Amino acid sequence: MTKAVANKTISLDIRLRQGEFELDCQFAAQERVIGLFGPSGAGKSSLLRVIGGLVRPDSGRVEIAGRCVFDSELGIHVPAYRRRIGYVFQQARLFPHLNVRHNLTYGTWFRRHQSARASFDQIVEMLDIGALLKRRIGGLSGGEQQRIAIGRALLSDPALLLLDEPLASLDAGRKEEVLPYLERLSAESELPIIFVSHQIDELLRLANRHVAAIRDGRIVFSGPTAEFLARPELLAGQAGQDAGALLCARLVEHEPAYGLSVLACGGQRLYVPRLADQTSGDQVYVHVHARDVILAREAPSQTSALNHLVGAVVSVCPAANGYAVDVVLDIEGQRLDARITRRSTAMLDPRPGETMHAVIKSLALAEQAWQRLGGL
Amino acid sequence: MLDAAQIEVLQLSLKVAGTAVVFSLPLALIVAWFLARSRWRGKMIVDAIVHLPLVLPPVVTGYLLLVLLGRRGLMGGWLYEHLGLSFAFHWTGAALAGGIMGFPLMVRPIRLSLEAIDERVEAAATTLGARPIMVWITVTLPLALPGIIAGLVLAFARALGEFGATITFASNIPGETRTLPLAIYTFIQVPGGEPQAAQLIVISIVVSLAALFFSELIARRVKRLQT
Repeated sequence: MTKAVANKTISLDIRLRQGEFELDCQFAAQERVIGLFGPSGAGKSSLLRVIGGLVRPDSGRVEIAGRCVFDSELGIHVPAYRRRIGYVFQQARLFPHLNVRHNLTYGTWFRRHQSARASFDQIVEMLDIGALLKRRIGGLSGGEQQRIAIGRALLSDPALLLLDEPLASLDAGRKEEVLPYLERLSAESELPIIFVSHQIDELLRLANRHVAAIRDGRIVFSGPTAEFLARPELLAGQAGQDAGALLCARLVEHEPAYGLSVLACGGQRLYVPRLADQTSGDQVYVHVHARDVILAREAPSQTSALNHLVGAVVSVCPAANGYAVDVVLDIEGQRLDARITRRSTAMLDPRPGETMHAVIKSLALAEQAWQRLGGL
Repeated sequence: MLDAAQIEVLQLSLKVAGTAVVFSLPLALIVAWFLARSRWRGKMIVDAIVHLPLVLPPVVTGYLLLVLLGRRGLMGGWLYEHLGLSFAFHWTGAALAGGIMGFPLMVRPIRLSLEAIDERVEAAATTLGARPIMVWITVTLPLALPGIIAGLVLAFARALGEFGATITFASNIPGETRTLPLAIYTFIQVPGGEPQAAQLIVISIVVSLAALFFSELIARRVKRLQT
């Protein structure tokens, strides 16, 4: 394989105290694309700032591709501008006094050697920003700005790309202006990438080999994505809109006439919008948002929803927001979360051990299913 | 239209005010930067000292300058002997007085524009390979330009109109330290000098308006370039 195997993409062991918050992280990974997952406030961005050299940890050691950039005992601290790290932030952080072209080429002004992996034209084409080059920053949409920020980072010829929730400040429509480009970057380039997200579906679309999970300033998991997915407790505790569960299924067949694919989850069927490049027998993960699940006591007979999964109630507990209740079901040995209102709970009265039908629209599962879990 | 004496007064005034702002700009940038970005608590003291010329009677400022920098002053003698610098009763003294009086007016808009800059954008520049000095030149300074222009114009106008500190420190010597306001004052003191004073007053107004107009023009252009 490539030389990424010889050197670890990243290896770190650092401690940093910021007021009440303490970051104490150890992890190493040699995969090219690494996902860093954790809820808001877990320390994801702080850890990235340490890797990028924007914050100096109190103690420890950081190695990027085998090169030591920080070591408190040896007194090494390579400043950010010498680390060759492409950093894409939550907000685009473009230079308002420069036009798009000069924003993109900003990093090349300081590059000593011309060893760019990809040329200006290639990157502009990949990100589809050719039409914007002469524009000023002010009039651009959030998605356009974020693409330019990605291009700007790539053109600085980085040795490592850090993506700090680059989609977090974008609404759903704008996300689709950026996500496909990130997917191409993740799949096609040779650039090591650390992608940070608090949304598991986003994360898995990009980082399909190695995931590190961080919580309360500590790395609680670091390993192959498949192992990560096998530990649902790592996903638990996701806040609000993001709450959900992952179902592992197998592709049975495509239904081209309807543009759907049929999955088997144990003995039960699941219809999802067509999974373009999988074949029968492939293993697929589907992320089901708890808010998209409807519970019913009996199998609904006349309904447009295609998916009815039968399972037993495991637990019922009120959600933090005050008006919702989280119901956990066991579907063929897999966990499925449903979030329903307190009013619905009063009507339905689900109790642990009872059998329930989970009704899920197939359309709610668009963008939620992946096959590209390499090495599974 | 203008006689030779009036042109001399105008030229001297522009030279004095121009010198004042050119020499105070670098220091004003450093002080504004410090006030905008430092987290040191003692910066309030620096802030107060910078603003002192704004609240002190100009005559007091002029007198303090005389005590400090006069030929027999605390530092003046040393500066003259070792560096050949002489301020009192010299046009450079008028420039110094004007510069000091205009300093707080220059620092303030620069500081405000520096404070308005998103430091995260500067951090982004760092990750793209720009060392701190290059971040300053390529990001901070261009973004602070509207404030720098505003500060320059305000300080220039203030130096042009400086009277009290100048007459105390540099005196009222024709051709050396007699700038526009001092010339106007002198003419008003002389019986029958009003017509000449009036002419100088018109010149004053024209120069000040021109400076304002010019700065507005530049500020608009900069703003257009930045959005």
